[in-house]
Amino acid sequence: MGLVDDALGGSVRALARLATHIENETNVAHAALARLYPLSGRAHTIGITGPPGAGKSSLVNRIVARYRTAGKRVAVIAVDPTSPLTGGATLGDRIRMLDLQGDAGVFIRSTASRGRTGGLAPTTSGLIHLFDAVGFDVVIVETVGIGQEEIDVVHYVESVVLVQVPGLGDGIQALKAGVLEIADIYAVNKIDLPGAHGTVRELQTLLGLSEHISSWSPPVVGVSASEAVGIDELVDALNRQRAWLDESGSLRTRRRAIAAMEISQQVQRLFERKIALQGRSWATDELISNVAERTETPANAADSILAHWSNVT
Amino acid sequence: MALETAAVETAKHERETPIRVLVAKPGLDGHDRGAKVMVRALRDAGMEVIYTGLFQTPDMIAEAALQEDVDVIGLSILSGAHLAIFPRIMETLRTRGLDDVLVIAGGTIPEDDIDEVKRLGVAAVFGPGTSLREAVAFIRANAPIRHDAA
Repeated sequence: MGLVDDALGGSVRALARLATHIENETNVAHAALARLYPLSGRAHTIGITGPPGAGKSSLVNRIVARYRTAGKRVAVIAVDPTSPLTGGATLGDRIRMLDLQGDAGVFIRSTASRGRTGGLAPTTSGLIHLFDAVGFDVVIVETVGIGQEEIDVVHYVESVVLVQVPGLGDGIQALKAGVLEIADIYAVNKIDLPGAHGTVRELQTLLGLSEHISSWSPPVVGVSASEAVGIDELVDALNRQRAWLDESGSLRTRRRAIAAMEISQQVQRLFERKIALQGRSWATDELISNVAERTETPANAADSILAHWSNVT
Repeated sequence: MALETAAVETAKHERETPIRVLVAKPGLDGHDRGAKVMVRALRDAGMEVIYTGLFQTPDMIAEAALQEDVDVIGLSILSGAHLAIFPRIMETLRTRGLDDVLVIAGGTIPEDDIDEVKRLGVAAVFGPGTSLREAVAFIRANAPIRHDAA
């Protein structure tokens, strides 16, 4: 029996080992995902994103507990940043989810972003497929704390919750492009703090101004992760949005968008790895000199490298 | 000889992926400065460090180590209860099939107890005054390498 059979048979150890292989992009992961991917596509995949310190992990803790009372098995993928200097990472999301310990229906995996800057790791989609395939009903991805435009998660899950908190800026911030455009559901956490209801109203006003391009109007839910306020409403909104995806036919569109994004991400990843494997040797000294001395543009140099590669492979 | 070289190269290749470490505070003391210093040092050494915070039971430590698939567990304890709680931790790890994980300990463990702690399966004890570099080097040299088939 290999890891895949063991994981499908319920071995937590095998599941965790496979997650490591996926993170490390090994041949074992490649072979395992070839078997697991066809089994995936059943879980409700949810992304939780928002700025650092907004309370994402604490909110995940509450959301998972709520799904557990409904009998759903839940996997959590918690992404924290990798140091660009050392490659190391402190993975500290688990510390907010201690309530979930000892529950065999919950699997929490901390994962490092490993150089990707969009809020996820390069291999997060692989982890989603893994947990989906082995039978978790809900897979929650908690992103790195994000700024204004690290919105990769939108491309890999069916439901996106943006966690906001009061005091981050006025209505002009809410008008800016980027992160505030992308959510299916908005959660204003720390609703017990002064100004929180004002933040809810500003978001509602902003969302009311947008022209609806779909029949789903993103709700704004006030929550307090620490006091367990508004959690039922939030999970209810998630369930309604997932049902809407199904009924409106948008699920198929969304899954096609996810598939297209994953293919292009894989292509990009192949190039990245190829470059990493070859070190600097892919750019010859001659090419580097030409570009440095302005006899060739960086773009032309890239073209000739790509042309060379397509001849080789 | 050629075989030996190949084996070393395999090890080197596998080491290109980060070592994953769980830093845990078993028992009832609330002193986590040492644990946090260690988290920071291991992170700066290029490792992926999961910190689970204070007051961890043996079951909580084993469950986190299992799900996170760590190579190393670092136990920080300053309560004096190491001889009471370490045997339970090591036993729980064994029953969960985690006997290939490298376990090390730090904190206030008296010299006289170190042999006993090591007999339990703790590979090394880093007491007060240990250089961070020493602990990092030990982990790098002793973290297990696993071989799996899909």
